[in-house]
Amino acid sequence: MSTTAGTAPVIELDGVEKVFDVRRKTGTLRRTRTRVRAVDGISFTVPRGEVVGYIGPNGAGKSTTVKMLTGILNPSAGRIRIDGIDPTRERTRLARRIGVVFGQRTTLWWDLPLRDSYELVRRMYRVPDAVYARNLDTCVELLDLGPLLEVPVRQLSLGQRMRGDIAAALLHDPEVLYLDEPTIGLDVVSKSRVRDFLRGFNAERGTTILLTTHDLTDIESLCRRVMVIDHGRLVYDGGLDGLHASGESERTLIADFARELPPIDLPGARCVGVDGPRQSFAFPAGRSAAPLVAALAADHPLVDLSIREPAIEDVISRMYGATS
Amino acid sequence: MGGFYGAVVTRGFRRYATYRSATAAGVVTNSVFGLIIAYSYIALWDQRPHLGGYSEPQALTYVWVGQAMLAVMALMGGGFEDELMDRIRSGDIAVDLMRPADLQTWWLSADLGRAAFQLLGRGVAPMVCGALLFDLALPSAPGTWLLFLVSVALGVVVSFGLRFLVALSAFWLLDGVGATQMAMLAGLFFSGMLLPLNVFPGGLGEVARALPWSAMLQVPADVLLGRHRGTGALAALAFQAGWAVLLLAAGRQLQGVAARRVVVQGG
Repeated sequence: MSTTAGTAPVIELDGVEKVFDVRRKTGTLRRTRTRVRAVDGISFTVPRGEVVGYIGPNGAGKSTTVKMLTGILNPSAGRIRIDGIDPTRERTRLARRIGVVFGQRTTLWWDLPLRDSYELVRRMYRVPDAVYARNLDTCVELLDLGPLLEVPVRQLSLGQRMRGDIAAALLHDPEVLYLDEPTIGLDVVSKSRVRDFLRGFNAERGTTILLTTHDLTDIESLCRRVMVIDHGRLVYDGGLDGLHASGESERTLIADFARELPPIDLPGARCVGVDGPRQSFAFPAGRSAAPLVAALAADHPLVDLSIREPAIEDVISRMYGATS
Repeated sequence: MGGFYGAVVTRGFRRYATYRSATAAGVVTNSVFGLIIAYSYIALWDQRPHLGGYSEPQALTYVWVGQAMLAVMALMGGGFEDELMDRIRSGDIAVDLMRPADLQTWWLSADLGRAAFQLLGRGVAPMVCGALLFDLALPSAPGTWLLFLVSVALGVVVSFGLRFLVALSAFWLLDGVGATQMAMLAGLFFSGMLLPLNVFPGGLGEVARALPWSAMLQVPADVLLGRHRGTGALAALAFQAGWAVLLLAAGRQLQGVAARRVVVQGG
């Protein structure tokens, strides 16, 4: 199958709002009602086959949006269509066309072996035998699930469980896959394995993916397009490079030298800290660290170094400060 | 349609079948309690023969049917409800709501599987124990046993219907322990587990016999004892079926309200 990115939108949101009435105790008997606008007028479309990062600080409205997209919350205003389906009206029909993966919750049956969980999923989604066999084979091979199929889910490590969960969400050939922090808590190897799989699966099958995460590396390795939401509003929608530029984010190079040195004047970076033999340099996130490292190593007794990536929250909060 | 829910029934059965030591411990407990209650009933029926219209063998049969139904009807808990309330409280219920399956039918299937296992695992053994130690008034007609099984099945659905409503209260209460304990106390008394409801005179007896809990023990026991015959038996089953339908409909309504107004916890 070929990727059909750029054709008709599979996810459409038009002026979507979600308002919650929150009752809060303000005295022994008194309660005040406050209206919380969790999602405040969001519009966007996602073409078929695209991988989109949907990011924002905690409480920004990400989960609320995903809950509306899956039909378990009704929007207070606005219009949502997923593959032409109104989620709130036809939640069950929609459920057959979407896959959902939560990093912090499992969709598997904890007391059943993976294979039995998949059997239940097959029946629940009424997956034709041929489709099921093909998808299971693909997932088992690419996610290396072979040795895990007979293991009860509760005995799986977090990384193994996550791979098992991703496979479970793809067995019924979903048009759209929602991933909610799919790499949270995973080690580096497991993270990159999950990312590699998702990238390959998207390229091969053209499944549309909406990814929520706090891990910038997830976004960098999977998404060309990023949407940033804050206080229920879409504050950025565009490429990853533009996000760094508009967020003016910086990476930090931390260098340990053999002895204490005066602050080094490094072209293309500025020294932001000296702590004994350790010095820190900030440089624009869009720039490569290689020339800086080369320059440091050539002229100074470099012992060790590390690079701190800009935290996505910092990027976002700085960007939100700039746009509001 | 049948495929998924059928598989859930099977899984519910198998899941409880794996708890072998729990089942064995339960059987011992049921048998010991059965003995204690049986001797209390003997003392009571010596003083008041034909209390509630039961002969002494009938009263003893009632005791052992009660012990056999204790786990089947989840009268002391142990059904699906704790798990469902946990999922509501933790927000995992969001995952279930995103599935192309109906929540109520799903949990009902799981509970039917559980009840089927507990009828075999926790029901048969205490009944045999009672029959060996006491002179019981068990029917010889296969038809009566068949009616009894139908009555037990309907009782399980009524029991599910009540526990589903209690479990859904967690959407509002968050801590469902109080609701569960209230429901359990009500269930123990109004099902007729402590004393047959026919023993209670006047208005209290009338009310107790009309409440849904009586479908869980009083009605099946009376069907087995042959107190409902012919159209009477059908009326008894219709009484159970009526409550089953009503409670399932109420559960469906409440599920709809819960799903609409729910602010799923966290995540």
